[in-house]
Amino acid sequence: MEPLTPPPPTQRRGLTAIDGALALIAILLIVQMWLLTATLESLLAGHREAALPSAIASGLLAAACFGLYWFVRGVDREVRK
Amino acid sequence: MRRDPLWREEISIFSADEKYVNRRQFAKFLVLTSIGMFVGNLWILVKSWLTKAPAYPLRAIAKIGEIPVGGVKLFSYPTSADPCILVRTAENELVAYSQKCTHLSCAVYYVHQTHQFECPCHQGYFSAKDGRVLQGPPQRPLPRILLQQRGDDLIAAGIDLGEA
Repeated sequence: MEPLTPPPPTQRRGLTAIDGALALIAILLIVQMWLLTATLESLLAGHREAALPSAIASGLLAAACFGLYWFVRGVDREVRK
Repeated sequence: MRRDPLWREEISIFSADEKYVNRRQFAKFLVLTSIGMFVGNLWILVKSWLTKAPAYPLRAIAKIGEIPVGGVKLFSYPTSADPCILVRTAENELVAYSQKCTHLSCAVYYVHQTHQFECPCHQGYFSAKDGRVLQGPPQRPLPRILLQQRGDDLIAAGIDLGEA
């Protein structure tokens, strides 16, 4: 059986970057969850004016999450080479 | 050293490895959830555009002397699917609110001793004076039914959602 060796520095750096990006995605997702519940609560209270800015903000957050995923994908590919 | 192609690393042929979720898969799951949240916000936006401002009819709901002090009368307003509660809190004071708790729509009931509405489902309490939340999980006050007096009749004339 082959002994376990620590990952090379490039891979280690890549993993750190991916972990950081994952943490950021999770934070953005929590903000989106709060935004959704707050907007729904606001709509049920009869306030419609919050719906548009909330949808725009949520779209931007989703785009940021997608951008971070793309980053994770790129780093993952890079460190596996 | 020859390495396996990426797809082989991602899709293991060993069933024991299937339970492991790698970072990229986890990131993909989070991003899909994020898109789901965005779709939810879009749904709220479309719903807010499509919903028209409700028109409230005038409707006689009770006679002035019908309810004793501390007594209640249940009625529906503006539709039969909207239960409401009319309360005589004092000799010259009548108030009416939606009977649906703003938390999860359980029916609230009036407690005369404390002048509060209580939701028995999750112990939410509302003030009978203005419908504001006193305690418990509800975030919004009880919608107040606007009342008018015409002769001996008490008329429901609209709904105040209670928030500026």
